[in-house]
Amino acid sequence: MTTMSTIEISGLHKSFGTLEVLRGIDLAVEPGEVVCVIGPSGSGKSTLLRCVNLLEEPTSGTIRVAGVEVTDPDCDIDAVRRGIGMVFQQFNLFGHLTVRENVTIAQRRVLKRNRAEAARVATENLARVGLTDKADAYPAQLSGGQQQRVAIARALSMDPQLMLFDEPTSALDPELVGEVLAVMRGLAAEGMTMLVVTHEMAFAREVASRVVFMDAGVIVEQGPPARVFGEPREDRTREFLHRVLEPTRVSETEIGAHLPGNRGSGTDDPDP
Amino acid sequence: MKLSRRRRQRIARIGGYVVFALVLLAVAGSADWGRLSEAFFRLDVAGSMFPEAITIALRNTVAYTLLAFVFGLSVGLVLALMRLSSIGPYRWLATAYIELFRGLPALLVLFMVGYGVPLAFPDREIPGGVYGSVTVGLGLTAAAYMAETIRAGIQAVPRGQLEAARTLGMSHTRAMISIVLPQAFRIVIPPLTNEIILLTKDTSLVYVLGVTSTTIELTKFAGDSLNTRVNPTPLVVAGLLYLVVTLPLSQLVRGLERRAARER
Repeated sequence: MTTMSTIEISGLHKSFGTLEVLRGIDLAVEPGEVVCVIGPSGSGKSTLLRCVNLLEEPTSGTIRVAGVEVTDPDCDIDAVRRGIGMVFQQFNLFGHLTVRENVTIAQRRVLKRNRAEAARVATENLARVGLTDKADAYPAQLSGGQQQRVAIARALSMDPQLMLFDEPTSALDPELVGEVLAVMRGLAAEGMTMLVVTHEMAFAREVASRVVFMDAGVIVEQGPPARVFGEPREDRTREFLHRVLEPTRVSETEIGAHLPGNRGSGTDDPDP
Repeated sequence: MKLSRRRRQRIARIGGYVVFALVLLAVAGSADWGRLSEAFFRLDVAGSMFPEAITIALRNTVAYTLLAFVFGLSVGLVLALMRLSSIGPYRWLATAYIELFRGLPALLVLFMVGYGVPLAFPDREIPGGVYGSVTVGLGLTAAAYMAETIRAGIQAVPRGQLEAARTLGMSHTRAMISIVLPQAFRIVIPPLTNEIILLTKDTSLVYVLGVTSTTIELTKFAGDSLNTRVNPTPLVVAGLLYLVVTLPLSQLVRGLERRAARER
C-alpha cells in the first residue's frame, strides 16, 4: 500500500479571463513536508495556493487533498476546508470579534464544540503562539505580528492536517517578521504539513524540506533548499535568487538602464 | 507701506467680524419684534397645545417613524441580499424595485397604499389601520434607500473576511450571518440613522391618510392648532418638537462617524 500524499496536484491550469496564470502545475506534498514556494510576483504562487482549498476555481486539472478530490464538483468543500488551515497576507482577523472569539467562532459554528471545549482549545493555541494575555483584545488593538499569530492560532484550532501560508509576513513591518516566522518554525518542527508561499528566503532555506521555484505560471525547478539556493539549475532561478538575495548588486545593465557615473557595477556582465 | 503677513491677517480677520456685526444689526433693526413675537411666540397658544402635542402628536410621529423604519430595514436587507445574489432574476427584481421606489415621490406611494390599494381590493385591508398603512406606505420607499445603503455596507467589508470564514469551513450563509453582516451593520449605522431622521420628517405626509384625533402626528396637529387659534405659534412649537427628535440623532451620527474614523 502506498502512503497517501497530503496534496496531489496534476495538470492544474487557471485563467482569469484571457490571462493564464497557472499553465500546467504538477506538485505533490507528502505528510510532514514543509514546501516553500518562491518566485517573482505574478508568477502564480498565491493562485496555486488558493486553488488548493478552492478559493480559486481551477480552469482544468485535478487537486486531491488527503485523497479527496476537491476539484470534483460533488466534493463537500466545506468539509475539506475544515482540515486545511490557511493564513493570509492581510491576516483577515474578524474585526468585530475579540481574539478569543476569533479563535472559537469556527470551532463553535462548524465543529459544534461546546463553549468550554472551544475556549480550552483557543487558550491552548493562543499559548502556542504566545498570546494568551491578548485573548480579550480586539484585532485593531494588536500589532501586525500579533494579528498574524492570532490568525495562525485560529487556523490551528480547527485541528488541520495541512496549513497553507500565503505570504504571511509580506504585510508586516520588518521588526515583526521574526515573531511570525518563529511560530511557523515551531509548527514545522512539530511535524505539521505546510505549503508556504513566501519571500523570506532565509526561512525557506532553513525550514523547508523542499523549495519550489515558480515563474510565469509553471514550476521551473524544485528540490532541497541547499540545492536550489546553492546550485540552481535554471537561469531563471539563478537570476531571481540574485535579485532577491543581493538586491544592492543588481547592475543597471541587467535592468536595461543607462545611468551615468556609475561604472564598474556591471562586472559580471560582458555586455557594456 | 508694506504690511507684514501678521498685520494683514489681523486686518482681514477684524474686517470679517465687522461685516458680520453690521449685517446682524441691520436685520435686527429692520425687524418688527413686537409683531414677530405676537405671531410666532404666543405663550398662551403654545401652552394650549400641551400635553397633547407630546402625548399624542409627538408620540405618533415617533411611532410612525419606528414602524416604517423597522419595515423598511427588513425589506431593505432582503433587497440588498438579492442585489448581491449570484442568481440573475433576484438581482434584476431588486434593482427594478430600488430604481422604482427611489424614483417615486413618497407622497404618491403613500396615496397608493392608503387609497389605491383599498379601492382595488375592497374586501381586504392592511392590518393595523392607519399605523399599518403608514408602516407600508413610508416603509416601501425607505426600503429602497436602505437596500442601497446596506448593499454598500456589505461590499465595504473586505473580501478577505469572507474568504477567512470560508477557509475555516463555514458555509456561505453561515459566513454571511456570523462574519460579514455584523461588520456591514457597523458600517451602515451612521447612514441608517440618517435614514431615521429623513423618515421622521416624512411622517408629516401621513395626514393625507385622514388621521383622527388619536392617530394625528405633529405637522397635522400643528396645522389644526393654527386653524383654531388663527396664530402661527403652533408651527414653531411643532418645529421645536421635531428638532428634539432629530438633533440628538444627528449628534449621534456625528459621534458614530468620529468613532468609525478612529477605529480605522
